[in-house]
Amino acid sequence: MEILQQLFFYVVAFVAITSGILVITCRNPINSGISLVMTFFCLAIFYVTLHAPFMAAIQIMVYAGAIMVLIIFVIMLLNLGSTVVVRFRHAVSGAVVASGLMLFQILIIIKQGSVSPTQGGISPEVVESAGHTELIGKALFTDFMLPFEIASILLLVAIVGAIILAKQEV
Amino acid sequence: MVVSVQHYMVVSAILFSLGTIGVLTRRNAIVVFMCIELMLNAVNLTFIALSSHLGNLDGQIFVLLVMTVAAAEAAVGLALMIAFYRNRESIDVEDFNLLKL
Repeated sequence: MEILQQLFFYVVAFVAITSGILVITCRNPINSGISLVMTFFCLAIFYVTLHAPFMAAIQIMVYAGAIMVLIIFVIMLLNLGSTVVVRFRHAVSGAVVASGLMLFQILIIIKQGSVSPTQGGISPEVVESAGHTELIGKALFTDFMLPFEIASILLLVAIVGAIILAKQEV
Repeated sequence: MVVSVQHYMVVSAILFSLGTIGVLTRRNAIVVFMCIELMLNAVNLTFIALSSHLGNLDGQIFVLLVMTVAAAEAAVGLALMIAFYRNRESIDVEDFNLLKL
């Protein structure tokens, strides 16, 4: 059973990282977008295995649904073709070196840092009995009331800004 | 051994680095934007993995807020790109030099 769990994790992680590589290597922006949707679905599967089903649903609805539809809509609206094949530039090797160093650093931090479980109140059993959505809702409307309201104002500003930017002739 | 929190964080670190490579190398502004979404998602995975590991729900609330900011960013960013394309007929990041004297 544990072997199966590990196998499942590695398969999903492999698909997530492969589609992540495809996002940055595909010539056509549409293909990058489809690969990004695949990555989002793999992350949603991770959220389910981490006992956060509400987050998985939100991930699929907001990211794979709303944001990616918006991005693909804009790509098709602007009628962008595939980019021409650029020759190997120094910027590419510089970026790979910088990202590789950053990855190395993060891996060292992950290896050295020891996060001990503090035995907080939220265990898988509690999530299953009370319901994840209910727990999130309670936390959101009691402890995190102010951030929630600020987020709603941010969304309002974003709506107004998007309409104004896209409407007028700049 | 069951899958531990370190496994999830390693996957998250790899996805974040891939996003960084994309942001630094791609020239199409929409692909750069998608790579930024990839980096945000990598951080979300870290938040939820640690939240589940620590038995604390706060990280998941922050994931909700990150998703809100990402949605706002998508709306405003794509509107900016449409306005820029109308102006310049291109969304290559090397043409983003309107502020240059």
